[in-house]
Amino acid sequence: MRKFSVFAVAREALRGHKGWEPQWVSPEPRKEYDVIIVGGGGHGLGAAYYLAKEHGITNVAVIEKGWLGGGNTGRNTTIIRSNYLYDESMDIYEHSLKLWEGLSQELNYNVMYSPRGVMMLSHNIHDRQSFKRHIHANRLHGIDNEWLTPEQAKDFCPPLDISATARYPINGAALQRRGGTARHDAVAWGYARAASDRGVHIIQNCEVKGIRRGPNGEVTGVETSRGFIGAKKIAVSASGHNSVIMSMADVRVPLHSVPLQALVSEPMKPIFPCVVMSNTVHAYISQSDKGELVIGAGTDQYNSYSQTGGLQIITHTLDAICELFPMFRRVKMMRQWGGITDNTPDRSAIQGVTPVPNLFVNCGWGTGGFKATPGSAHLFAHLIAKGEPHKLASGLTLDRFRTGRLIDEAAAAAVAH
Amino acid sequence: MSGANRIAGQGRLTPARTARFTFDGKSYEALEGDTVASALLANGVHLVGRSFKYHRPRGIVSAGPEEPNALIDVARDAARRQPNVRATVQEVFDGMKVTSQNRWPSLTFDVGGLNNLMSPFFAAGFYYKTFMWPKAAWEKVYEPVIRRAAGLGTAPTEEDPDHYANRYATCDVLVVGAGVAGLSAALAAAATGARVILCDEQPEVGGALHYDRSVTVDGKEGFVWAQEAAAKLAAMENVTVLSRTTAFGYYNHNFVGLVERVTDHVARPDRKAPRERLWQVRAKRVILATGAIERHMVFGNNDRPGIMLASAARTYLNHFGVAVGKKVAIYTANDSAYEAAFDLKRAGVQIAAIIDSRSKPGDAVLNEARSHGIEVLPGHSVVDTKGHRRVSSITVVRNGGGGKRSIAVDALLTSAGWTPSVHLFSQSRGKVAYNAETGQFLPGTYAQDCLSVGACNGTNGLQATIEEALAAGELMARATGNDGGEKVELRGENAFEWTGGMAGAAEGAGADTNVKAFIDFQNDVCAKDIRLAVREGMHSIEHIKRFTTNGMATDQGKLSNLHGLAIAAETLGREIPKVGLTTFRAPYTPVTFGTIINHSRGDLFDPARKTPMHAWEEAHGALFEDVGNWKRAWYYPRAGETMQEAVDRECRTVRAVAGVFDASTLGKIEVVGPDAAEFLNLMYTNAWDTLKPGRCRYGIMLREDGFVYDDGVVGRIAEDRFHVTTTTGGAPRVMNHMEDYLQTEFPHLKVWLTSTTEQWAVIAVQGPKAREIIAPLVEGIDISNEAFPHMSVREGKICGVPTRLFRMSFTGEAGYEVNVPADYGQAVWEAIWARAETLGACAYGTETMHVLRAEKGYIIVGQDTDGTVTPFDAGLAWAVSKKKTDFVGIRGLKRPDLVKEGRKQLVGLRTKDPKLVLEEGAQIVADPNQPMPMKMLGHVTSAYWSENCGHSIAFALVEGGHSRTGQTLYVPMPDRTVAVEVTDMVFIDKEGARLNG
Ligand SMILES: Cc1cc2nc3c(=O)[nH]c(=O)nc-3n(C[C@H](O)[C@H](O)[C@H](O)COP(=O)(O)OP(=O)(O)OC[C@H]3O[C@@H](n4cnc5c(N)ncnc54)[C@H](O)[C@@H]3O)c2cc1C
Repeated sequence: MRKFSVFAVAREALRGHKGWEPQWVSPEPRKEYDVIIVGGGGHGLGAAYYLAKEHGITNVAVIEKGWLGGGNTGRNTTIIRSNYLYDESMDIYEHSLKLWEGLSQELNYNVMYSPRGVMMLSHNIHDRQSFKRHIHANRLHGIDNEWLTPEQAKDFCPPLDISATARYPINGAALQRRGGTARHDAVAWGYARAASDRGVHIIQNCEVKGIRRGPNGEVTGVETSRGFIGAKKIAVSASGHNSVIMSMADVRVPLHSVPLQALVSEPMKPIFPCVVMSNTVHAYISQSDKGELVIGAGTDQYNSYSQTGGLQIITHTLDAICELFPMFRRVKMMRQWGGITDNTPDRSAIQGVTPVPNLFVNCGWGTGGFKATPGSAHLFAHLIAKGEPHKLASGLTLDRFRTGRLIDEAAAAAVAH
Repeated sequence: MSGANRIAGQGRLTPARTARFTFDGKSYEALEGDTVASALLANGVHLVGRSFKYHRPRGIVSAGPEEPNALIDVARDAARRQPNVRATVQEVFDGMKVTSQNRWPSLTFDVGGLNNLMSPFFAAGFYYKTFMWPKAAWEKVYEPVIRRAAGLGTAPTEEDPDHYANRYATCDVLVVGAGVAGLSAALAAAATGARVILCDEQPEVGGALHYDRSVTVDGKEGFVWAQEAAAKLAAMENVTVLSRTTAFGYYNHNFVGLVERVTDHVARPDRKAPRERLWQVRAKRVILATGAIERHMVFGNNDRPGIMLASAARTYLNHFGVAVGKKVAIYTANDSAYEAAFDLKRAGVQIAAIIDSRSKPGDAVLNEARSHGIEVLPGHSVVDTKGHRRVSSITVVRNGGGGKRSIAVDALLTSAGWTPSVHLFSQSRGKVAYNAETGQFLPGTYAQDCLSVGACNGTNGLQATIEEALAAGELMARATGNDGGEKVELRGENAFEWTGGMAGAAEGAGADTNVKAFIDFQNDVCAKDIRLAVREGMHSIEHIKRFTTNGMATDQGKLSNLHGLAIAAETLGREIPKVGLTTFRAPYTPVTFGTIINHSRGDLFDPARKTPMHAWEEAHGALFEDVGNWKRAWYYPRAGETMQEAVDRECRTVRAVAGVFDASTLGKIEVVGPDAAEFLNLMYTNAWDTLKPGRCRYGIMLREDGFVYDDGVVGRIAEDRFHVTTTTGGAPRVMNHMEDYLQTEFPHLKVWLTSTTEQWAVIAVQGPKAREIIAPLVEGIDISNEAFPHMSVREGKICGVPTRLFRMSFTGEAGYEVNVPADYGQAVWEAIWARAETLGACAYGTETMHVLRAEKGYIIVGQDTDGTVTPFDAGLAWAVSKKKTDFVGIRGLKRPDLVKEGRKQLVGLRTKDPKLVLEEGAQIVADPNQPMPMKMLGHVTSAYWSENCGHSIAFALVEGGHSRTGQTLYVPMPDRTVAVEVTDMVFIDKEGARLNG
């Protein structure tokens, strides 16, 4: 792999950038792989990378039905934070955040992780109780999260309206300074490049349509739009369609697939320094490096596989944003879209073994799994390699919905991005 | 004349009607009806903005919404300022202030222009490869610099004083676009009697007829015919014609979003008029007549001011009367651009040459050029241009090499061909199909009830367009059941030939070259960037788009997408349809946030719900808290009292005398029917069939997973009638939950549910003197302790109005909840208050209610529980029927983890230091000295100073809490560690004597 650096770019600049190589190769599939990962999003590509790098397993294919990163990885609003409530969540998101901090260097790919702070606005007593609960739990777990007064919140984010006459005045905020955003495409491409460099096959435009099983019920490979491909192990990580794929192996996973929409404004000069989320008013916002305001809110109310946005949902997203930031009413929406999120009943992910031998699953990251990408991928690779979960992910079992040992981040209530 | 380049006798504007505006502080004259672009061009201004990345000087490319370059900031006053406006659609009004963007310190001298020198370094995606060292520098150094350089206009910083409106509309046929095709379709549809909406984004109908002056329809000049047709349509009762109205989004089920610009073109708008209006149209049928957009030629330095689309130059001349140059060349790959040369020539403008990349131009245009004496260079290409702030010369070569020559020009018009506008069709989820013969993506498979007609459907020829549109209009109208009217017939002649052309890089900008041949002007994407993306392994068009940002600017690639695709296909060695288009996403052109939200702002954003007693509470000094969307009286401070002092006083008074509390916000559901008791048996953990009419009971509702969902007191009014109460926040949820089960799981039960939350005002009277307060006011109910014990309900009268009187308590005191019809709420409250006040009672708010209930050990669902708590965890085992074999959650409750030891359970806490009040949300540990991450046992759910107890009190969810009574645990705070003792949850009147008093 040719190393990326300012010098390499400068050298190429002199010769018209003719010397760059493909960032990843797209070979014809082999007959069989040690591991097939279904789903070329950040989680799947990352898992392939860590399998190769940390476990020496390189006979791996990532199979993607469309173009890699074209699922939620390339559609999300890239909020990164780790100030979740429960130990299991804090463990995995903090593991992930630590990986984010060095990811550009690790991959030699600028993923533009920008810890500019994620601030959640508190509007009432219930919000304050809930945020304080998070802040104290985070502190005792070693995770930064602090309480701000309305004035401190305004200092941190000058466009904020903290007047007492607002419909839902702000009575404080919780701020995770290490939280922020990253460049979504770069995450997919960076992992793809680094994985490909280690021999992983990245196979695009190849839809998995069935899972073949052996005499003992174990998986033996996948039926795809490009024919049968054998596999000793299959790891499913196909956000939006995990329940569909798992049902090919007769495994039912408790997922609701629901569209989540987002939009961007026209690009403008820097006006918004951080990420702001409001649970009560119900929306969140940040500004991209290109200058677009990136805006989202909660999911649609109904299960669906439609990635087309609707007008009524973004209306509610935007009225919330304009309520918090009345100065943005003249700003224009440039693009809207949606993605399908897989949501579990307790809004925490599932990563673990399944009742089918050699079939592993990573799903249920719902509306907030981008931030988990490096951490989840890293631990998923461990699971695939060793056949049992890493300690940090040991709570994310599929079995918990049977036993009732839930990790209910929904109950802990935050817009879960 | 307003502007030196305005040509007398040309165009449709009235020379006498002028308007003045400023551009970067300099004043210019315009004519009414001018766009900013036409007015600037009339005044000889071509340099209008700077590009996004390289900050290159840019001019006006188009005359419509596809404009990528000429983005300006338009201000009416300080607060009414709008960045990123396309100069080509913004109409001039007198007094408007226009400012250029993305330059510093000025448009002509822009420091950011240095980026252009560095451009070899700034190739597509370069930022992914660098800025990684040192680690912290991305966020601290590189990113801020990049952010400042990027972005376009500056965001408004003041609240927008304008307002916006919304209309919901339905129609039989919605026609989008009012060119020849759209007008014809609308005429045919309207003739049947169908309800038609016709919209067009321009101020006047006509579409291509704005510039194509040779067309006649029914013998009239096309544009004139169009205005007459629109007037005729507008006069029909069944038709709505909307100008300045863009269809921006085609959503599911023929739901189309339109935005109408109402006042942005008016100098002194009526302040009552909205700035823009959102139309949310549900159409039975949709006809798309959105036309086609001309593409520019892709060659070296094709982005200088003065280089524009051929059709744009025709619009400026034929509609606005403006010549875009004095010596103009045309560079084309199709016949249509010749018309620009002919029009300009006729208006007296010198045509330097027509450079045609094809070796065989059409005979008709060749002959006509010859007759005008215009030099045509077939088989030639423009490969470079010169000129800093405006193009001054072009370099022309013979294709394949040789014949190089430089031609001095002050404008260059280009045309690579026409791209049918399939944006809305595509948004409707229709699938486009590639027509290899014409090189166009055209509507293929339809997903909704819609049809495309005219240029957007690839239809060629004026009469063919008219006939297709007439047929579609009639067909769609008839399909919606309209069968009136006569057949409409129209005769059109002389449209220009718009087929042919090329996509991708032209001569001199091919694969082996390194020139800056722009495809996406705004985002500075060149042909070579596409090739670089492919070289780097980006083989999907979506990857190419994201890697290069081609088509991601505010114009969404209206000019650039097809070029990018063609270059990608060529580089990949694949056919264009194999590479495929990127998804077209709404909106077609950017839409103002304010328009989308329109009325949903300020008071209407989320209407505040107020109880019938709100005014009284306000008048008596209550402060309010937000609970859901309710405003609830929080506490009633007297002059000089702090919140704590007020709450302490209220708490004391209620227990010593009595207090009056507004409980109207509690959810209320009337559950009626012969199976009402059975239904409640299924919805709640408790047994309801055993509840006698006239009695009430505290009930707990679970979700299917066994966790507490809501609680409340339910009174049995009659055998078949229950008065159910829910938490304030839970009211709508619980109603839905019940309806859901009733309709899906228990449809056999005869039960009716009615939400009555707002029908009843509820006045809680609590405390030792509660009975004395209400006794004289109540009629028809014996409220003696014996006849009306704790947990009873009766119907009767109070103050002469009907009441449902509950004997119940959320304070631990003897008490009543007086339900009266909401309209009587305040009057009854005042009557009760008059008695309460004389007896020394007080009004109290939610804060005191919270303290009092905590003193008594009553929980608040949602505060002391959080969706992970079973009734057993909450110490409410007594409320779970052991006899029932079914209720929602019964199975969930039996899951292994819900019955295991060591679950988090609700307990009371007392701080070792009685004065210290814990913080709600604080975490609890057994060993405060353990290293991080600490093992947390649970958290504090409620914590108050209890004036009545003389010490602080708290509830907490603690692992194995019920077996820890008496243990000392710790609450580690940032500044200190607080020692606490685990207790039971009842801090006052453990025997319950006061309740029955
Ligand atoms: C609008 C929106 C905003 C969001 N905002 C945030 C945010 O701010 N912060 C945050 O942390 N998270 C956010 N998320 C969630 C986040 O995007 C996802 O949780 C995360 O990206 C999931 O990554 P993934 O790699 O598992 O999934 P994906 O990137 O979706 O990858 C799954 C892949 O599987 C492929 N696939 C599906 N079926 C098949 C098949 N049969 N065969 C082969 N391949 C298949 C898909 O094409 C897809 O590429 C958001 C999501 C959306 C939609």
